[in-house]
Amino acid sequence: MGSITLKKVSKSFGDVEVIPPLDLEINDGEFVVFVGPSGCGKSTLLRLIAGLEDLTSGAIEIDGSDATDATPAKRGLAMVFQSYALYPHMSVRKNINFPLKMAGMDPAEANKRIDAAAKVLNLTDYLDRRPGQLSGGQRQRVAIGRAIVREPSAFLFDEPLSNLDAALRVNMRLEICDLHKTLATTMIYVTHDQVEAMTMADKIVVLHDGYIEQVGSPLELYESPVNKFVAGFIGSPKMNFVSGASAKKRDADSIGIRPEHLTVSADAGEWEGIVGVSEHLGSDTFLHVKLSDGSMINVRASGELKAAYGQKIFLSPQEDKVHRFDAQGLTI
Amino acid sequence: MARAVTNNRKALNTAIAWSIGLVIFFPILWTILTSFKTEAQAISNPPVFLFFDWTLENYAVVQERSNYMRFLWNSVFIAGGSTILGLIIAVPAAWSMAFVPSRRTKDILLWMLSTKMLPAVGVLYPIYLLFIKMGLLDTRLGLTIVLMLINLPIIIWMLYTYFKEIPGEILEAARMDGASLPKEIIYVLTPMAVPGIASTLLLNFILAWNEAFWTLNLTAAKAAPLTAFIASYSSPEGLFYAKLSAASTMAIAPILIMGWFSQKQLVRGLTFGAVK
Repeated sequence: MGSITLKKVSKSFGDVEVIPPLDLEINDGEFVVFVGPSGCGKSTLLRLIAGLEDLTSGAIEIDGSDATDATPAKRGLAMVFQSYALYPHMSVRKNINFPLKMAGMDPAEANKRIDAAAKVLNLTDYLDRRPGQLSGGQRQRVAIGRAIVREPSAFLFDEPLSNLDAALRVNMRLEICDLHKTLATTMIYVTHDQVEAMTMADKIVVLHDGYIEQVGSPLELYESPVNKFVAGFIGSPKMNFVSGASAKKRDADSIGIRPEHLTVSADAGEWEGIVGVSEHLGSDTFLHVKLSDGSMINVRASGELKAAYGQKIFLSPQEDKVHRFDAQGLTI
Repeated sequence: MARAVTNNRKALNTAIAWSIGLVIFFPILWTILTSFKTEAQAISNPPVFLFFDWTLENYAVVQERSNYMRFLWNSVFIAGGSTILGLIIAVPAAWSMAFVPSRRTKDILLWMLSTKMLPAVGVLYPIYLLFIKMGLLDTRLGLTIVLMLINLPIIIWMLYTYFKEIPGEILEAARMDGASLPKEIIYVLTPMAVPGIASTLLLNFILAWNEAFWTLNLTAAKAAPLTAFIASYSSPEGLFYAKLSAASTMAIAPILIMGWFSQKQLVRGLTFGAVK
């Protein structure tokens, strides 16, 4: 079991309120991603759940029982840190064994679990090495190994992939998703990378300045963002925002349209613009278009699209994909 | 960025480094050489460098006249005792400042260091009186306490810098892994800080060994360490350079040998945290 409930949880450092009172329900077995720009409070929220920070007010329940004042060790959660936080003076085996040793587990049983975890994580050949002799990806696996042997009720990941290079990050992303499917244990994952959030999560929690902006499945957030912040944060490249006449025409203060929902034409369309830089990826083409009023619009066209620098083009939004916002930035 | 250094340049750098090293080492070398000369050769003008009648006579006289072993034992007791006592107090202090800092931690560190800037002679009188009242004058215990106190700021600073280098996340990981505070300290922090603790211990031992002001002023005969042993040879009866040199050589030999064998640790301890 691994359900976690936050009730009116808040956190202040001195006079600064980092997290205003918030409620959140995390169901057993769910893969929840906290996403938001840096400084939005996502890591703090994770540390509150872990017990590494004290709550200013509110309560945390784990599996239905109050864990607000429990020490990190008593909460039955395991955490994987961004810096891996391995014990440099211990071998891989001893690192993975550490939580079991702290729990006073019988060494024979502990060894069985370590070997099983090492097998799953491809670490069998490295058990006698020190963390300093491993690559970044292997270190991250050791950190995950140390977390899984305890069979915790939930895993907490604090930006675990940000120290890895791009190719390895994609691999590890898949491995973590795979692990979630195999273990079916609750996972809470913190990242500032919305691609990670979209690809991994069952449920995304978008945070901004300590507030929860929206909670939902990746596609819910993509298709029906509740406000301009979520609309702009989720999706890559970012959503384009246009105000003025086009917005007025649609009874809105401003409108948003995703780069992939624009139609490009050489001779007619709602907006006229000049092509700036174009990026050709083969599978997609990204155009950066400067409109006549000076604003920039990103366009994503599937496949290859020929467009010369300085060429005049016309853009039209697909009407059913237009997001309308009021003056406060809320979705109409 | 790496800079290309020509061979000539390298040779020049080496020569300069050796020259500076020799200038620094020369007084010690001269003391050692003089200790093997006769009194007449020791003050001869022009001075003789290597070609003189080497003699061990001075060492024999020094050993005969004063009990070297007693001074040595006092030095070991005072330097060792003040180091261990200092560590017992400094480890928890540095620990809390490094890992649970308050708003005033930086101020406290600076304030502690500022006590090192106070001229020692300024507090000699009150400490002397305290020692008389408490019956600590000319006792090893008294000296141990004073030396521990004057070196404590340096020990705390060094340990603090060391502990600061240990990433807090590792300690948090230990906490998440179910370690209680004592277990976190025993299994994770201490093994990671051992090199730092060792070099702090060494440096403090050397500082305490070489300390002369307090050892000369607060001891007479019973608790006098090797610094007092050397001083007793610059006597009013006249200057005996060769014997003074022999006494000095005997006093610095133990610490010089210890320093030689632990130089790696010492350099690392002194420069730790300087870069990065």
